[in-house]
Amino acid sequence: MDIIRSTYYPLPIENVDTDQIIPARFLKATTRDGFGENLFRDWRYKSGDSNKPISDFVLNLPQYKGEILVAGKNFGCGSSREHAAWSLLDFGFKVIVSSFFADIFKSNALNNGLLPVQVSDSFLKKIFALDSTALLTVTLETQTIVIEESGETETFEINNYKKTCLLNGYDDMDYLLSQIKQIEAFEALQKLVPIN
Amino acid sequence: MGKTLFDKIWNSHIVKSIPDGPSVLYVDKHFIHEVTSPQAFSGLEKRGLKVFRPKQVVATADHNVPTHDQHLPIKDELSRIQVKQLVDNCANHDIELYGLGHPYQGIVHVIGPELGITQPGMTIVCGDSHTSTHGAFGSIAFGIGTSEVEMVLGTQCLLQNKPKQMRINIEGRLQKGVVSKDIILYIISKLSSSGATGHFIEFAGEAIRALSMEARMTICNMSIEMGAKGGLIAPDKKTFDYIRNRRFAPVGNDWDEKLEKWKKLFTDKDPVFDCEVNINASDIEPMITYGTNPGLGIAINNAIPELDSIDDEGEQQNFMKALGYMNFRPGKSLIGTPIHHVFIGSCTNSRIEDLRLVASVIKGKKKSEHVSVMVVPGSQQVARQVYAEGLDKIFIAAGFEIRQPGCSACLGMNEDKIPEGEYCVSTSNRNFEGRQGRGARTLLASPLTAAAAAITGVITDVRELMEADDCR
Repeated sequence: MDIIRSTYYPLPIENVDTDQIIPARFLKATTRDGFGENLFRDWRYKSGDSNKPISDFVLNLPQYKGEILVAGKNFGCGSSREHAAWSLLDFGFKVIVSSFFADIFKSNALNNGLLPVQVSDSFLKKIFALDSTALLTVTLETQTIVIEESGETETFEINNYKKTCLLNGYDDMDYLLSQIKQIEAFEALQKLVPIN
Repeated sequence: MGKTLFDKIWNSHIVKSIPDGPSVLYVDKHFIHEVTSPQAFSGLEKRGLKVFRPKQVVATADHNVPTHDQHLPIKDELSRIQVKQLVDNCANHDIELYGLGHPYQGIVHVIGPELGITQPGMTIVCGDSHTSTHGAFGSIAFGIGTSEVEMVLGTQCLLQNKPKQMRINIEGRLQKGVVSKDIILYIISKLSSSGATGHFIEFAGEAIRALSMEARMTICNMSIEMGAKGGLIAPDKKTFDYIRNRRFAPVGNDWDEKLEKWKKLFTDKDPVFDCEVNINASDIEPMITYGTNPGLGIAINNAIPELDSIDDEGEQQNFMKALGYMNFRPGKSLIGTPIHHVFIGSCTNSRIEDLRLVASVIKGKKKSEHVSVMVVPGSQQVARQVYAEGLDKIFIAAGFEIRQPGCSACLGMNEDKIPEGEYCVSTSNRNFEGRQGRGARTLLASPLTAAAAAITGVITDVRELMEADDCR
């Protein structure tokens, strides 16, 4: 992952919790695949088993497409279900933009190569004011998000370690496995001076 | 500069720190359940790995299990496969499983403490956001995602950045009819559902010290509902007395040695917190939520706020969206609002003390005929205690239905769901849209307040029922 240049879906709602992103009744699967079809299930489809779309929900509006979701603050609060990140990725999102992310969602997203981009409230407002053809460019290397139309730019924070991982396709597991000897040494020391 | 309780535990679990990056944090105990672990096991197997420290992992089936006829095969095929996969994964990796049919089965955050597995000074993780519950014992406990479950299964470690720290001091004494659930709903209503994001909270003060261990668990359980990484409480005599003689509590010399260490687990005199909040316990009234996040709560006799009392434009939209979903209006009181269901259960309020509180309100009374009431004990051990104490007779005489242990209608993953549009007063932790079933309207409250609503059929100040009882 380095540069994502795309139109976006606007979801100007605050506190979008992981129960909205993927309701619990869809967490019965034992693989990571296929969650995209139930992404935002209860906002996207009418009640009952039928797949009747709710026509004014943003994912059902034909003018919107792209790999970026832009949402109100405190995105991803609530449950730790990683299925939320999997469903967003499976639908085709690569970047989520918000003015604030819940902690566990942020870790889950990063652990799956889904980039959370935290911008200021004012920049978020500017994005929401754009029309559906507007392009956003997110560059991980320079940690910038640009509104193509106006050239307005904001930088975003990302932990240096995580950035390196994303750019190189490493994950935390690779790193931890490389540290097994040190982990064992730590355990041996604990046995001499047990923490518990 | 003094160290905080959090610092002491955190520092003693750091294997190494990456310069300009996270630290390798060692995990003492790892709880797993059927919903967030299958993909972690398959990830591990894809890498050709076995579980690194199976003796430090404990499993149960809770989220996706039926709450009746647990001796029969699970009817729902996907649920059956998921639970079976947990059984197979535990067998293949030599992990202790307290699954369906086991006398220790129950909600993961109920069984850890009641078995004495949860102990002070530990680092504890689980693929569930309410792992913060275990912080009540003076441990660093937090929820993780499935990729992280895989990391802990594979290496017993996680890469973590040290969170900021907040202390919430609650001094003074609680009013009658006010319990720990009200304390935490009050705090969240003040700080908002994102107010503690990025922080680990220490709950302290006279009112916290006065709480039982089970009541402390309710407080720490809902730390996540204000966005916190976790919440913890310094261990004290109550903590040690609770753990002593439990199934996996240390014994003999081991107990003596651990006790000496546990007694050092407190925040020093001159600590540095990133944020401190002071609350007077006597200001807290029985609480209830009216919206679709746990921060939208009020004292039960207060009116829902007026729109113009909210400054931020985004929050105004949020508030109106929540009221639209709940079909409530700004400025209105909830007292007297008819409800359809009462759910007593979840990792927040399904322990024996919670069920005793409910029984104390309903004893000798019958539920309103318009209300269905489900009592779901948090574990098999809690359920056995219910029957041993005869609470079952009180519940049944009142027309309550007693189910078998599991997460049940807290998250509506199994068939225990609240129908669309209906109101449920729930002792659980989340009132999100659709949390208890599509279109379900959840009002979070204490076991006392939930019990009162079950009897009257409407939102009720439990103190009125308690006073009437006092007069009898």
